[in-house]
Amino acid sequence: MSEQRGRSFYVLAGFFILFILFLYGPTITIAILSFQGPRGGLTFPMNGVSLHWFYNLFEQQAVGDIWGSFRRSLALGLMVMVTTIIVSVMGGLAFRKRFIGSGVLFYLVITSLIIPSILISLGVGLIFNQLDLDVHWTTSGFGSQLTWTLPFGLLIMFAVFNRFDKTYEEAARDLGATSWQTIRHVVLPIIAPSLIGVALFGFTLSYDEFARTLLTAGSYNTLPLEIFGMTTNVTSPVLYALGTLTTVFSLIIIAIFILSAWWLNRSRVRAGNDAGDGLV
Amino acid sequence: MSSKQNFSDALSGWLMAAPLVIVLALFLVLPIAMIVVVSFWGATEFSIYPAFKLDNYEFLLRSSVTYSVYLKTFMFTIISWALCLVIGFTVAYFLAFHVRTQTWQIVLFLLCTVPFWTSNIIRMISWVPFLGRNGIANQTLMSMGVIEQPLEWLLFSDFAVVLAFVHLYTLFMVVPIFNTMMRIDKSLLEAARDAGATGFQTLTNVILPLTKPGIMIGSIFVVTLVMGDFITVRFMSGSQSANVGRLISNDVALLRYPSAAATSVVLLITVLITIGIMLRFVNIRKEL
Repeated sequence: MSEQRGRSFYVLAGFFILFILFLYGPTITIAILSFQGPRGGLTFPMNGVSLHWFYNLFEQQAVGDIWGSFRRSLALGLMVMVTTIIVSVMGGLAFRKRFIGSGVLFYLVITSLIIPSILISLGVGLIFNQLDLDVHWTTSGFGSQLTWTLPFGLLIMFAVFNRFDKTYEEAARDLGATSWQTIRHVVLPIIAPSLIGVALFGFTLSYDEFARTLLTAGSYNTLPLEIFGMTTNVTSPVLYALGTLTTVFSLIIIAIFILSAWWLNRSRVRAGNDAGDGLV
Repeated sequence: MSSKQNFSDALSGWLMAAPLVIVLALFLVLPIAMIVVVSFWGATEFSIYPAFKLDNYEFLLRSSVTYSVYLKTFMFTIISWALCLVIGFTVAYFLAFHVRTQTWQIVLFLLCTVPFWTSNIIRMISWVPFLGRNGIANQTLMSMGVIEQPLEWLLFSDFAVVLAFVHLYTLFMVVPIFNTMMRIDKSLLEAARDAGATGFQTLTNVILPLTKPGIMIGSIFVVTLVMGDFITVRFMSGSQSANVGRLISNDVALLRYPSAAATSVVLLITVLITIGIMLRFVNIRKEL
């Protein structure tokens, strides 16, 4: 495979670079514009450079409650993340066994993935409404978001267990491990790096979710709802400053997850398998 | 032994699936059931009341608005899907067959997927300084002398809606297509070359057919996301365009829940039929 790069390589590489620009260009633009001077507007040219709009975020808000909604989104993201990991792992383990109804359950998971988000929002809202319960982000909002994160978690688990080498478990059983010990000491450590992937999906999809929380979050907004509310009545770069800040926050979270998955993998390779390096 | 074994297997399977079953029952099955029930209810200006009437459906199916909105929804879906497919396939093809080291493949692949984990709302907002009346696109085109007046249709238009859909959802195409491409046995490509196929022939006769499952999975994602959307259409069209999702959210805003529910039922059936047709071409469980 060491022949010359053909012309098609350069054409495709150019296309790829354009695609990356298309993906990131707008986000980079608002990141730059959020440093507008105090008199700057929503578009170029820059009217000076300042941190004015970032300071603005930390002052008493005229409208809404940005930091309150940020705390709620953070808490909700963590709740959804932990629940998604636990339920996905259990679900993934369950699907390895044959049980009646597993086919139906699988199609329910797929339905959960493809159903228009607003239907979940509407349906859950209606149920709470008719039961005279107050919708709240910790109850109805939490459950609604799980219908979006769980399918991703489960699909990852399916992919993991499809490639899982069952001989490890057999070895554990042959050595007298109970089924719980096998899961705890053999299965879980092996699948741990992919759990970081599940966690990443669980947290970020919840943190950014809009449609499924729209009618289920109640009177306390999550951050995406707050930001969307701002688009209708805020016409200053403070919106860009907020967008930049929460995107940076997301990027840090993503970097932490990816680096820890990478680190976990590396330390495993290093510590890992001494099979074949034996005395013989 | 075997029947007892099977029974305990089934039991532990059920126990471990229980949390999943509970969540899906409470927040997926029950809400759908509730929507179906409420779609037959009546509404006054302030409240809704249990009934069994077909008024909501009758109104929905008789209104010409419904059909034009569905037409619009399908238009958005087909155009966005086609663009996502072409762009997604090209990107995945480049990553899978032209990037040579695995490290670079992973790095570039992650570069493509990172935006997926950031906020869609902000990614939509970030088009404003680009497409606005005094935005970068208009300023550039005017300074280049291509146009004299700023183009009005760049932002808050159907063009902007499709652009945002492609921006948001092409990743859903890249990931599964890349995934299936990586599983193609490289010796097949060599065989094609040895047999005298050009690069293009290899692409159409070998790679494309083998990538079909990935294409179908990506398509299912894009189609369902676009069909069920309401917020992208609302924001990017500046409330000037409507799709089915917006029909529902407008009804909700006016507290006309039964009417929103009826529209939801029809939308869900439409999505399920569309996906049902697409699933005939691929076995998802095998492809993971």
